[in-house]
Amino acid sequence: MAVMDYIDAIRLAMKEEMTRDEDVFVLGEDVGLKGGVFTTTKGLQEQFGEERVLDTPLAESAIAGVAIGAAMYGMKPIAEMQYSDFMFPATNQIISEAAKIRYRSNNDWTCPVVIRAPIGGGVFGGLYHSQCPESVFFGTPGLKIVAPFTAYDAKGLLKAAVRDPDPVLFFENKKCYKLINGDVPEDDYIVPIGEANVLREGDDITVIGYSLPLHYALEAAAELADEGISAHILDLRTLQPLDKEAILEAVRKTGKVMIVHEDNKTGGVGAEVAAIIAEELLYELDAPIVRVCGPDVPAMPINAPGEKYFMPNKDKLKNAMRKLALY
Amino acid sequence: MANTGSVTQSFRHREIGLTDETAVQMYVTMLTARRYDERSLLLQRAGIINFHVSGIGQEAAQVAAAFALDRDNDYFLPYYRDYGFVMAVGMTMRDLMLSVFAKAEDPNSGGRQMPGHFGSKKLRIVTGSSPVTTQVPHAVGIAYAAKLKRKPIVSFVTFGDGSSNQGDFHEGCNFAGVHKLPVIFMCENNQYAISIPLHKQVSGHISDRALGYGFPGYKVDGNDPLEVYRIVKEARERAVAGEGPTLIEAVMYRMSPHSTSDNDLAYRTKEEVEAHRDKDGLPKYKQYLIDCGLWSEEQEAALLKEVNRMMDEAIEYADKAPFAPPEDIMRHVYADDEGTEGGR
Repeated sequence: MAVMDYIDAIRLAMKEEMTRDEDVFVLGEDVGLKGGVFTTTKGLQEQFGEERVLDTPLAESAIAGVAIGAAMYGMKPIAEMQYSDFMFPATNQIISEAAKIRYRSNNDWTCPVVIRAPIGGGVFGGLYHSQCPESVFFGTPGLKIVAPFTAYDAKGLLKAAVRDPDPVLFFENKKCYKLINGDVPEDDYIVPIGEANVLREGDDITVIGYSLPLHYALEAAAELADEGISAHILDLRTLQPLDKEAILEAVRKTGKVMIVHEDNKTGGVGAEVAAIIAEELLYELDAPIVRVCGPDVPAMPINAPGEKYFMPNKDKLKNAMRKLALY
Repeated sequence: MANTGSVTQSFRHREIGLTDETAVQMYVTMLTARRYDERSLLLQRAGIINFHVSGIGQEAAQVAAAFALDRDNDYFLPYYRDYGFVMAVGMTMRDLMLSVFAKAEDPNSGGRQMPGHFGSKKLRIVTGSSPVTTQVPHAVGIAYAAKLKRKPIVSFVTFGDGSSNQGDFHEGCNFAGVHKLPVIFMCENNQYAISIPLHKQVSGHISDRALGYGFPGYKVDGNDPLEVYRIVKEARERAVAGEGPTLIEAVMYRMSPHSTSDNDLAYRTKEEVEAHRDKDGLPKYKQYLIDCGLWSEEQEAALLKEVNRMMDEAIEYADKAPFAPPEDIMRHVYADDEGTEGGR
């Protein structure tokens, strides 16, 4: 098994799926000759040719719409949005079309498209290269949404997304690309969509989150262990459909829960997770639910102090986790 | 109609490769669509159905375009006024009536969508929605898939003049032009986007936009089915030869209000509508067939009788057909939903 960067795991997933199934193809801005602005698709055009690794005009609604059309024909397109901040022109195609094609045709037509989009900040990307748009799409029935944190999951979830018969939004975290690495099998495996994963077993508090902030949660948990605080950490991995059972089980384990994400707090995925917990096991809680999220401002600034103030980090999480443990 | 009995005038359909039989079949389809449309308006006015969106005045171009395509293999992305088109590619009167009555057996959506939102995988009519023009990039994607799979087919997409202003129109055309894809874009320019007349939507010609995308654009009289047929057929030949897309602007007139929820006399005059009635493609084409000796008033009367019978039968069937069980609204959100067995 190879230790691999998160970004290399994503690339390997595409490479394996394109090798396995000739109906899989990649399209987007700069994905071909350049290999993507982050190098996510590097080498794919060389291996699979220009037709299957397609450089498109700069027009996100067409990238999504063309992929949707091809998917309805029976292909398995992987459309790349260069930054998730730029996928909003494609929102009508994603929400009005992809999400509703099976439903509105009474199961006659289907849309097995994958739309990959890098999310998240902490890279001095300013307002428009840093956003987390999950909450815009979350709560749209018909879409599946995944947001892997580990390199292993990045590969396994992307492969599952390609094979899924329904549209899947694959939110990869751009700061994770090189920061996160781990064991990634070179062979064929998938991580099932809809299943959360326990990253760390613990008894005192439960942290539920997804994507990059889990990195800080793990760091904080390691340090808090020295203080005698034992944190249980659940990685949602799939945001839609949420793994309700895993959420409830993780909460029951400790009775104290903190939810973390970089997307802003109001109306975020964490709000739904908190509501599920409140509906199902309010009386098993030993403390109010805590949410540590991006602030309710339009997006993070490029200046370093402002960006740091916006982003979750180890210290913010550690303080909040300790406070919850001591409640 | 004046005597148009010269040889060149009378047999235009043969010059463009249409048999006498097919030329008549086109008229039969146009008239059937017209009668269906008129009856649906009446059904709505009588309170029997909830809603109808009309395509009266557009059937000639719709049917002619369909006949110029490979109706057994091509992919179709019609818009919501295309009754003539979908009938020409195989949708039946019963199918359409099941749709207006929103019954479970409606092949378009199982009674989920408004009428005019066509879809049938069997007929390769790609499911459509209400936000206009989203189907244009889909047509381009299907054409791209056909190119990848080396299939000698085209995708054919229609939309209104209003839609020609949407981003998806421009993005789709540009993409298709860059990759020389086998797609035909046909704008059914009926002069109105609900209440907004053409001159308040477009300052140039819609067909001229093709120049900017690097493929041919043609403006054609949408009331002249033989000309529409010729242009679409040529466009198809170019598409399958790898020569890329074509934009066709078929000029016509929306003779009905936008929908049964619209009062068109709030923004246009009766005189204007009447003036366009004289340009209607259907009676003109009927006269052409009569002049060719291919059609007669007797045949017309017999056809109308037969169409009425078919409609009565379809209405009776659709009216009696059951709605989907209400809890069926929970089905088909995803493939793995409980009870998913492929719909119909």
